Amino acid sequence: MNIKIPDLALVVLVGASGSGKSTFARKHFKPTEVLSSDFCRGLVADDENDQSATKDAFEVLHYLADKRLALGRLTVIDATNVQPESRKPLVTLAKRRHCLCVAIVLNLPESVCHERNAARPDRNFGPHVVRNHTQSLRRSLRGLEREGFRYVFILNSLEQIEALTIEREPLWNNKKHEHGPFDIIGDVHGCFDELHTLLITLGYTIELSGGRYAVTPPAGRKALFVGDYVDRGPRTPDVLRLIMDMAADGHAICAPGNHDAKLLRKLSGKNVQITHGLEKTLEQMEPETPEFTQRVREFIDGLVSHYVLDDGKLVISHAGLKESMQGRSSGEVRSFAMYGETTGETDEFGLPVRYNWASDYRGSAMVVYGHTPVPEPQWLNNTINIDTGCVFGGKLTALRYPEREIVSVPAAQVYAEPVRPFLPDPSQIALSAQHQDDGMLEIEDVIGKRLIESTLAGNITIREENSIAALEVMSRFAADPRWLIYLPPTMSPCETSDAPDLLEHPAQAFAYYRNQGVERVVCEEKHMGSRAVVIICRDEETACKRFGVSESTLGACVTRTGRRFFDDAALERQFLERVRNAAGASGLWEELSTDWMALDCELMPWSAKARELVRRQYAAVGAAAQTGLADAVAALAGAAARLPEAEALLSQFQERQSMTTKYVEAYRRYCWPVASLDDFKLAPFHLLATEGAVHTGKEHVWHMDTLARLCRADERLLLATPYRVVDLTDEASVADGVAWWTELTGNGGEGMVVKPWDFIARSGRGLVQPAVKCRGHEYLRLIYGPEYTAPANIERLHSRRLNGKRSLALREFALGVEALERFVRREPLRRVHECVFGVLALESEPVDPRL
Amino acid sequence: MLLTITTTHFPATDLGYLLHKNPARVQTFTLNFGKAHVFYPEATEERCTAALLLDVDPVGLSRSSSGARGSQPLEPYVNDRPYAASSFLSVAISQVFGSALGGRCKDRPELPAQSLPLTVRISALPCRGGGADLPERLFAPLGYEVAAEPHPLDPAFPEWGESAYFTVTLTGNLRLSDLLSHLYVLIPVLDNEKHYWVGDDEVDKLLRQGEGWLGAHPERELIVRRYLKYRHTLADEALARLVGDEEPEVLDEPGSETEIAAEGALTAAPDAAETPTITEESVAEPRVSLHNQRLEAVRDTLKAHGVRRVLDLGCGEGKLLRLLLKESAFTEICGMDVAHRSLQIAADRLHLDGMSERQRARLTLFQGSLIYRDKRLEGYDGAAIVEVIEHLDPSRLEAFERVVFEFARPGVVALTTPNAEYNVVYDTLSEGKMRHSDHRFEWTREEFQSWAGAVAARRGYTVTFAPIGPWDDAVGAPSQMAVFTLGTEAATN
Repeated sequence: MNIKIPDLALVVLVGASGSGKSTFARKHFKPTEVLSSDFCRGLVADDENDQSATKDAFEVLHYLADKRLALGRLTVIDATNVQPESRKPLVTLAKRRHCLCVAIVLNLPESVCHERNAARPDRNFGPHVVRNHTQSLRRSLRGLEREGFRYVFILNSLEQIEALTIEREPLWNNKKHEHGPFDIIGDVHGCFDELHTLLITLGYTIELSGGRYAVTPPAGRKALFVGDYVDRGPRTPDVLRLIMDMAADGHAICAPGNHDAKLLRKLSGKNVQITHGLEKTLEQMEPETPEFTQRVREFIDGLVSHYVLDDGKLVISHAGLKESMQGRSSGEVRSFAMYGETTGETDEFGLPVRYNWASDYRGSAMVVYGHTPVPEPQWLNNTINIDTGCVFGGKLTALRYPEREIVSVPAAQVYAEPVRPFLPDPSQIALSAQHQDDGMLEIEDVIGKRLIESTLAGNITIREENSIAALEVMSRFAADPRWLIYLPPTMSPCETSDAPDLLEHPAQAFAYYRNQGVERVVCEEKHMGSRAVVIICRDEETACKRFGVSESTLGACVTRTGRRFFDDAALERQFLERVRNAAGASGLWEELSTDWMALDCELMPWSAKARELVRRQYAAVGAAAQTGLADAVAALAGAAARLPEAEALLSQFQERQSMTTKYVEAYRRYCWPVASLDDFKLAPFHLLATEGAVHTGKEHVWHMDTLARLCRADERLLLATPYRVVDLTDEASVADGVAWWTELTGNGGEGMVVKPWDFIARSGRGLVQPAVKCRGHEYLRLIYGPEYTAPANIERLHSRRLNGKRSLALREFALGVEALERFVRREPLRRVHECVFGVLALESEPVDPRL
Repeated sequence: MLLTITTTHFPATDLGYLLHKNPARVQTFTLNFGKAHVFYPEATEERCTAALLLDVDPVGLSRSSSGARGSQPLEPYVNDRPYAASSFLSVAISQVFGSALGGRCKDRPELPAQSLPLTVRISALPCRGGGADLPERLFAPLGYEVAAEPHPLDPAFPEWGESAYFTVTLTGNLRLSDLLSHLYVLIPVLDNEKHYWVGDDEVDKLLRQGEGWLGAHPERELIVRRYLKYRHTLADEALARLVGDEEPEVLDEPGSETEIAAEGALTAAPDAAETPTITEESVAEPRVSLHNQRLEAVRDTLKAHGVRRVLDLGCGEGKLLRLLLKESAFTEICGMDVAHRSLQIAADRLHLDGMSERQRARLTLFQGSLIYRDKRLEGYDGAAIVEVIEHLDPSRLEAFERVVFEFARPGVVALTTPNAEYNVVYDTLSEGKMRHSDHRFEWTREEFQSWAGAVAARRGYTVTFAPIGPWDDAVGAPSQMAVFTLGTEAATN
């Protein structure tokens, strides 16, 4: 005998002790698929026959079974399972995980079991045990289906058992082998004309001959329908005929809607209320033949609650489906798929309030559904509702998959009045469903240890202690997360110079890139200010529509930890207006066909944002040093006038005094008072992203030149960054690069940043540092201390380790780019926020802050 | 890092005997943080000046690491320690001038007992937290004439104001050993920075050096607290031994908690100023009483509403949790804070580890945030949100409102915030300033009531208001509480 069982099921073996369940399980199932009560007894009590451990052993067994079913693994229970009360928890468990239950009963004569037990030294229980088992088993046989077992197989002899073969078959909802492309069509509700037009628009040809529709889809395509074919509309029978013919010819896959199910109940003679448009259907069915009615009954009856398609990447159903139910089968799944979930409350129109399952949806499969009319199809967390209320005078919508294109046909007229108006109030700019949902991020999406997928660097791990730190910083200081679509990565310095009196020099930066196989680099002047990310929109409406913010604003300017740069809202407004106007004047909106842009910048002066730090630390140290050393030099001069041996000490302290004077000069260069916006300077150096594009595919020279045009439009505020291209294979070009750095830093500049020609560069060893900084001799006093240049000091400072910093820079870079890409793809905010949060979390990793 | 001692005693060069250092030499001593040089800028019989000059090794200081911070460096490279007078100077006094500090003089045993005309000048002495008159308050009671000359942070930026550094000149007629012991104790006290040598024997050192003067000093409490900074128990012990049976007034030092919390924050060089930390106590409010009144009011409100399962959102270091735990009416208490470090302190203070299983089961602590929806907060009867909202940017209040009132949705919410109108009562608070540097806003009663009223209306709550703290007819009470109860007025009636 060959039996078929679903490939996802809870298989319960039923048989007395000695009936050969374990042998049977070994023969037909993988060892990991079988959970045996004996084995669990051994796990908890070191003895497979210790009956006192039975309760604990079953707890373990149920726990394991639950985990396996939750993960979608077929599971076999190897226990006697002869009593209803021992089977009940298994059925409940399977139901909770929406898996079918299969019972395989080994119904052997008592004597066979006795014999087998007698042959085993560890089974020294009396004959009454097997007798009781057998009796309970026989009493159970007839009730198994009622207990909730969908399939029951009873094997009554050794021969039958021996000859049995088991075949696993996919569930009906499993259409993973169907790869499309598809045209997924929303709720039709008897609107035949619109359906006809829509199919034609989509490229289908439809011919009617002899009462049968012959449909030819465009090459390779197939239509998917999300249900509710009937009721309310003018031509339900024609719709059914067309869809049934398409399905019969293999051109359509149909999910059932709640209206279809109700019609089926009516046609099957059940007592249902003739409301919500069913009256129209029945009236239209009146002239049809009994054969047609019978065909409709069979068609609807054969529809499966939902379908999983394209290797699990696509799910369709009438009312959507949460992840834990996809590809599963239970009454609950069917009910969810057809009716959705309600909260138990009713709204002001007396309609049940639907629980917005899509808002919680985190699954990787795209879910396409209908059921609730919406004015426009709306993406929300990788789900989309394509019921655009055709029968209510809206339109009939198709989603082309995998293209994600929307194709709609307007309703010819209003066929029915909706109880709840579904068209929007035209006076308001409505936030999209995704933006509304994005307004509330969930803590589960950020805390704990996390693994973030990135295109550039694969999976990036965020450790729990780092997300703990990031949660605090993000919650207390960060700007509205809707503006945080990017945080910049940290940047490593070049390797330490081998010159005894220098820590950093371009030679090492050039050598690094040369070793990575990069032939050309771009050197950009490094500005000493504060890193700023500026998001700028063309107008307030763009801010609202694209970023989903409710307040009226043009964008945001945030620091590298996501904090608003300006505390003064009026100043921020002025700042954003200036940048916006510059973008307009430079023609970049049109050129890049965008209404917004994200810029990576340096905002000066340093003292504007870091004023407290400058006062508390940099100026304070200068004041202490100047005071203390001046007094020391004076005292030593007095001593040296009397004692020649004091002279060495005197000159040593004079040297120290001169170094601290240089230190004070160094920080003063980056400080100036800001009274108005004109005292600020914004130097953008990356044009990170605009609508539809992350500009990491463009080389740095494009960024520099494009942004230089932006800067020319407002030179009082914006500062174009000077740069040089260095050909690493050309000695002269390298020497020019070094000379430029020497000139910049000789004038007291911070130094320069060396970047590979391409924004994203790879070598054989993987991703290359996106940038390496070479800081100037004087500037480094602010980093390594006023007196770092003293020979005894610089010698010790020469040893520094860059590996940690470089690895961090790459991970943060990958996450930052990932955040932008997700934003540009219009993914849910939580997916963008996850990456930005990750950058912040990584920033809390301990690295030498001087690097 | 430069200390000079001048005497006009005749012959002034006796100072060389007293310090046990030859005025005709430049001597250098190696100490664990660098070097100390001793020399005499002038040495005549009329006037003799000894100089103690510290040469702190800045790189060594930054490259040594402390156990507490793991691999993190102890000090930044840009650091005032090599230049300012600090506990390093005390260490140098005890090691280089040990016999003079101990009042011993081998060659001229009668000298140490003699009072001499002495002038001390200390360069770059940081005088933090206590105002410009702190040197006067500390040294004048010991008989000195005190002159303190301030130094600007940077003469090129007069708007930045004065630095914390003073050149302090002390003139008096006293024994050299007394002078040195005063300096030994009071330099670190003025500096009020972390010093690296607070161990259990510090109490003994303090008492030894303070013998004969510290007990009667009017600022003795401040001296002891600051000298034994970060070590509360040590400070209590020292005070107890100083004042005998007299009970020390325990005064929480807000700085200490701040410091600890700061270590957990993101550390990064030029941007580090972005992360100040919240202390429970604000700068201006008279502490002890008001905060306790606030907590008691919240507890009583929750109790009066019959709350059993209660959330303390923004529980900080657990002061309210402690009050709630004492009430058996609260069967389940959950404390949440965004600062992980605060939760650890709360767990310590509440002795979470030592609680009985039953007690332990009543209390849950976890890190969370009031701007992310959190399912763990659902299903409670009541919530306390004490002095939290003013730490949120106004643009985040919408998210806060949804997290608490739309999703967590407790039956009762007791929420407090400062009343900005009352700020005029605080003398220490200049006009227009807020009570805490991390406050993003402080509301008047009207502003608070209008916000809370709108929240209640949007979310189906009813709200009432109560003042907390002493009432003033013109400006109200220092703190204000809103009590939200789930359900509209009609439904409640």
